[in-house]
Amino acid sequence: MSILVKGLTKTYDGQKALNNISFEVKKGEILGFLGPNGAGKTTTMKILCGYLLPDSGIAEISGLSVFEKSLEVRKKIGYMPEHNPLYLDLYVHEFLKFAGKLCGLKGNDLMTRIKSVIELTGLGPEQHKKIAMLSKGYRQRTGLAQAILHNPEVLILDEPTTGLDPNQILEIRSLIRDLGKEKTILFSSHILSEVEAIAERVVIINKGNILADDQINHLKQSENASPILILHMEKPGFDFSSFVQIPGFDRVEQVNPLEFKLYTTGAVDLRKAVMEASIQQDNPIRSMTLESSSLETVFRELTQSGGK
Amino acid sequence: MSAVLTLFQKEVQSFFNGLIAYLVMAVFLIGIGLFFWLFPGNVLETGAAQMDILFELGPWFFLFLIPAITMRAFAEEYRNGTIEFLLTKPVTEWQIVLGKYFAAVFLVLFALIPTLIYLITIILLGNPVGNIDTGATIGAYIGLAGLGFSFAAIGILASTFTDNQIVAFISALFLCFFMYTGFEFLSDLEYLTSINEQLSAIGMLAHYRSVSRGVVDIRDVFYFVTIIFIALLLSQNRLKGKKK
Repeated sequence: MSILVKGLTKTYDGQKALNNISFEVKKGEILGFLGPNGAGKTTTMKILCGYLLPDSGIAEISGLSVFEKSLEVRKKIGYMPEHNPLYLDLYVHEFLKFAGKLCGLKGNDLMTRIKSVIELTGLGPEQHKKIAMLSKGYRQRTGLAQAILHNPEVLILDEPTTGLDPNQILEIRSLIRDLGKEKTILFSSHILSEVEAIAERVVIINKGNILADDQINHLKQSENASPILILHMEKPGFDFSSFVQIPGFDRVEQVNPLEFKLYTTGAVDLRKAVMEASIQQDNPIRSMTLESSSLETVFRELTQSGGK
Repeated sequence: MSAVLTLFQKEVQSFFNGLIAYLVMAVFLIGIGLFFWLFPGNVLETGAAQMDILFELGPWFFLFLIPAITMRAFAEEYRNGTIEFLLTKPVTEWQIVLGKYFAAVFLVLFALIPTLIYLITIILLGNPVGNIDTGATIGAYIGLAGLGFSFAAIGILASTFTDNQIVAFISALFLCFFMYTGFEFLSDLEYLTSINEQLSAIGMLAHYRSVSRGVVDIRDVFYFVTIIFIALLLSQNRLKGKKK
């Protein structure tokens, strides 16, 4: 097991930031750590990197206790903190050299690592600039470069794409996916599409409690995520009374006289029944969209109702 | 050890990338130089071939300049969040504190060494040439260095308590001032006369004076080393306490 968290509890000023959470990340897996702001994602990551001590619980990286073998563990981890703190007065190259030396790299080894990391993160054209002069996107790359410089087994990335523009987000995502081919990655986000795009498995956390820990496609199939049909009719007064007998039907919600939301249980595709009813009632369909179950629905339901 | 060296290099680089190093050196040299050569009571006026002015005024310059060097040490790391970068790298708190401390010490030496030009001038101006109290001068340099190194350690400690550089500066200034002369003042209080010797021995001034006379007593050296060690140890504990 690359990352093991068991019964982790942390209290800040009487407020529980983490309430007895446990999860695991297997070697070579990319795990998305999802939750609204203030859910406890950052706290967990800080504990894993040895920056914070929990009140109780176990945290292990590659079988080593984070608290007892702190220095060894830190050698195995590449960490990019939230807000990506960097020394603004250093040049990119200088900063990477500093970070590498702190991790015990030296000489030729250090230089080749810096070169390959710069290439990997696309920092080439900016490497001789001061970090203060870099755009947000390049700063993010510098933070990522620093994290992977010593070729760690485990990468812990705290909101790696916040504040980037859509193109940069795509680039950083594909970079993380590439890195995930060789490394174990735990990354946090409050953006659902991001987790969907990068990770196969997700841990959803809210108010210090883990609400779900599953493969993304399993979660999408779960009952929390039944598809919804959105209907636009041409004339008002569409009658749904005949639908009650259909097994896949759950309930209907009228958005406005012409628009309806048809909730299904996911068992049966209701589109055919809607077509038939539309012909029967002589009320043509303007549009019909199947809002496929997204992680978003799961997330919203879990975090709004489930979080204790 | 190599981690300390890495941190030291980076700190020194930051000093020289910015204005601090040059400013400290310039203020120290020009300030001392003015009193030395120009202001009333200067060397040329009194005609005595000695460095007393440097050793009387040096501590007061240090009192302001060294907190200015050390105020950013940790305060800036806290403010920028880079402390998290440092503490999650495979280095110990002790290595971080030492790296920053040695960089501050380096800067103190960097300011002190150019005053040797004044020393050489005085030696050459002496009649006959070289007529200077060598023992007292060497002792005074050692005393000044001991004082500077202690101030640096106290400054580093003050910087671990806040993310505000001004607060770090003022508290370091006060702490250094108190350690330097505070106990001397206390020992002058009438109702403390019974323990006035012990009180003044806690302060730095007594030890500085003793070393400056040219008698480098091992007890004085031990005193300064102890002060430095305690301040650095407390700084380290402060960093460790941040994890809670």
